[in-house]
Amino acid sequence: MTTEKKQALSELALRVREHIVRLSTDGGCFTGASLSCADLLVYLYADFLNVNPGNLQDPERDYLFLSKGHDVPALYGTFAELGFMPKERLQNHLKSNDSIYWHPNRNVPGVEFHSGSLGHLPSVALGVALDARLRGQQQHVIVITGDGELNEGTCWEALLVASAHKVNNLTIVVDRNHFQANIATEDLIPLEPLAPKFEAFGAVVKRIDGHDFTALEEAFTALPFSPDKPSVIICDTVRGRGLPSIERRADRWFCNFSSEEITSLLKELHSQEATKLTSETLTVR
Amino acid sequence: MNYEQLIHETALADERLLVMTAENRALIRNLPGPLGPRFIDTGITEQTMIGAAAGLALRGRVPVVHALATFLTLRAFEFIRTDVGIPHLPVKISAFVPGFLSDGNGPTHQAIEDVSLMRGIPGMTVFAPADEQDMLAMLPAIWASPDPAYLRVNTRPATYQHTPFEIGKAEIVSEGKDITILTYGMLFEQALIAKDLLTQAGYSVGLVNLRSLKPLDEAAVLNVVKAGSLVVTLEDHFQTGGLYSILAELLLEHELTAKVLPLALKERWYKPGLLSEVLEYEGFTGQHIARRIGERLGGGAHTFGAKTKVVENEFAE
Repeated sequence: MTTEKKQALSELALRVREHIVRLSTDGGCFTGASLSCADLLVYLYADFLNVNPGNLQDPERDYLFLSKGHDVPALYGTFAELGFMPKERLQNHLKSNDSIYWHPNRNVPGVEFHSGSLGHLPSVALGVALDARLRGQQQHVIVITGDGELNEGTCWEALLVASAHKVNNLTIVVDRNHFQANIATEDLIPLEPLAPKFEAFGAVVKRIDGHDFTALEEAFTALPFSPDKPSVIICDTVRGRGLPSIERRADRWFCNFSSEEITSLLKELHSQEATKLTSETLTVR
Repeated sequence: MNYEQLIHETALADERLLVMTAENRALIRNLPGPLGPRFIDTGITEQTMIGAAAGLALRGRVPVVHALATFLTLRAFEFIRTDVGIPHLPVKISAFVPGFLSDGNGPTHQAIEDVSLMRGIPGMTVFAPADEQDMLAMLPAIWASPDPAYLRVNTRPATYQHTPFEIGKAEIVSEGKDITILTYGMLFEQALIAKDLLTQAGYSVGLVNLRSLKPLDEAAVLNVVKAGSLVVTLEDHFQTGGLYSILAELLLEHELTAKVLPLALKERWYKPGLLSEVLEYEGFTGQHIARRIGERLGGGAHTFGAKTKVVENEFAE
């Protein structure tokens, strides 16, 4: 990846993170979970996927399903930056006159399917991938799951079926930020060794740094990893990435900051100097 | 013509139709060959099958999914509600051995809350044919509809010549001054026997095959209520949430009251056995139904003849 491209993607990801921070007030949102996959979503929508505001109904477009619905602020930030929706629309967050709330909703152009209940979209994406193959179409069908979400049995069930049916156009991407909701994955339901688990279920797996655009490009441009198997990309990420004051903290999954804190956090995003937060103003769900 | 032939013919004429199964091929054994990749067996995975069906429907397909009624409606309930119900996708659920039709399988396999669960999903339609002929009359309209649909599959041979089907319209078999039996699904066969026995005993008996529980033929039900006879709700379902509840809701909405006798399963699972034994033991043969109605009318002296001969189901996987 060229330095210029990397720079452009980094600047875009920074603006997406600003949107996430701005959505973390007046009711709040899933801030920590969203920040971990901002780089991944920015890379996919800005550089990799054949999906844009002009082809949202094209049956040959690439599909991205956000199964870990908590990340939707990152998706909306990306959509706002890439012209899927006007930036002003983000001000409708949690307002009854719009469909922008804590989980994805299909009424927002670009959102392929609603989510929120975990472990559903690997199956839905499998159905889309099966149909694309039936019609001889070559697009990517990508589903992003959380790592805590992998506790849900249907994630594995869908992979078993995808492997059995040799669905090579389906890619499962894991945002491996090492947290469930409020507890570290390895402290509650350990997932490691994760890559061999996926391999045992019939997928070809690559594990990368989910914040490294070069690594993302190398992995995604190599898809499909096999002509007759589904692919899995495990993206090791940091929950709260970009804001040292909330990074890797179990209690910063859902945040509802005061407006003063939002100002400090926006400053922190640019300076990398941690903001002092008053924990009383944070809501943990 | 049987179920398999109808779906085969329909799928050949309409490429939107896909046949899916969670390894329950009793009705569709011969379709993998002719349908090729449009026959998708996901193995014993009801939840994943429903999710994948939603994905296929998202792409313009009409998936007809097959599995046992109890596992579809209970295990896969949230997937039906969330992946099919919320986006209102035309997934057609063919639910095998519902109600008493799971006969010897035991309580794990008894889908006797399925109507209650499925009708609770906004936009979901719910159908229960009286027998195979009734089902074949119903299916083309159900598959052609843009709505998600739940079908209580019933392949029992017909003992009645059914009229053409229209979604939301009940089949009025007879009108009666003393009693009207409202029913759906496989108990229609026994209701016909009960009607004949009660008629022979001198009662004027109405019988309505509802066919569709949602949408409900409200006009037909209200006509029965307004006619003033005893209304019998007959169903192989828990009394809570099924036809009895549907009737109660309708009466309240219209500020009406009626004499109602619910014949349903109350707060318990039924005793497993061959279908004839189940119906006999649980009091749902034509004779038992007639007797229970007769007792309610104060005519308990009628014995209503010998034990009903019930054709046993073939072994259902």
